[in-house]
Amino acid sequence: MTFLQFIFYLLAAIAVIAGLKMISVKNPVQAALWLVLAFISTAGIWLIAQAEFLGLALILVYVGAVMVLFLFVVMMLDINVAQFKEGFTRYLPLGVLTAAAIFALMYLVLGPQRFGLEQVTPPKSLAEAESNTLALAIPLYTEHVYAFILAAVLLLVGIVAAITLTLRRRPNTEVLYQDIDQQIKTRAEDRFEMVKMPPTVEQPLPEKEKEE
Amino acid sequence: MIALSDYLIFGAILFMISMAGIFLNRKNVIVLLMSIELLLLAVNTNLIAFSHYLGDVTGQIFVFFILTVAAAEAAVGLAIIVLVFRNRKTINVDDLSTIKG
Repeated sequence: MTFLQFIFYLLAAIAVIAGLKMISVKNPVQAALWLVLAFISTAGIWLIAQAEFLGLALILVYVGAVMVLFLFVVMMLDINVAQFKEGFTRYLPLGVLTAAAIFALMYLVLGPQRFGLEQVTPPKSLAEAESNTLALAIPLYTEHVYAFILAAVLLLVGIVAAITLTLRRRPNTEVLYQDIDQQIKTRAEDRFEMVKMPPTVEQPLPEKEKEE
Repeated sequence: MIALSDYLIFGAILFMISMAGIFLNRKNVIVLLMSIELLLLAVNTNLIAFSHYLGDVTGQIFVFFILTVAAAEAAVGLAIIVLVFRNRKTINVDDLSTIKG
């Protein structure tokens, strides 16, 4: 067993144990933290597969942003932790049976007799100077640029949806709001009026000031 | 050397765990959402392994887009959970059965 293999199996074991703990702990905050551990060890596995950019992006985006969002929401909601595991044992046999059946099917298809070392030769590792970020960026900005723009639009829609869903209207006495309908409907006559005034004629300065 | 099947079986185990999590957690929508995140992670691991072994970077670009979609999905899902909790004072899955008919 090489050192790389040892690291791979270690990280895989950590990720699997963290996943199991994630679905079985009672407290949602602990579940979120176990999920963070699973994400970090999976990021390590992605690094072993030479997807360096995505491995680091997984840590930055998931551990840094999404899981913090999860923790925020868990702590914002005042939930009763005690009743969370009530149905756990009831569905345990069915859940384990289904999961085991699906894993058995996957193992038959994806197992070492089809995708082992004899069937698929591992690629030689890339040179040190070869940049994964560059290799990812060039097709992303040329070949897949429409998908990239679409992803940007999707994120914008996500922002708008999340804000509109959680926006809470409070009565006008507490918070002042813009009333956009009223703002658009306004006309110039409502805002100012033209006043007729006699013109003022500038008076010549008195003599005394002029001397000074 | 690490075989391709190692990556694929690791992905399958993660997939299985998170699917069992969706089956078992009937009380907590937040853990359900976390299970979906783990599910997507397992799929992404498969894509990255194939991308590595085929020497084609397109798989990694696909993972990039899946990460984007998963982030948007998590944000909208959590917003919906906050809204449900605000209206119903619970996020118990069994209590949210109004549209069952």
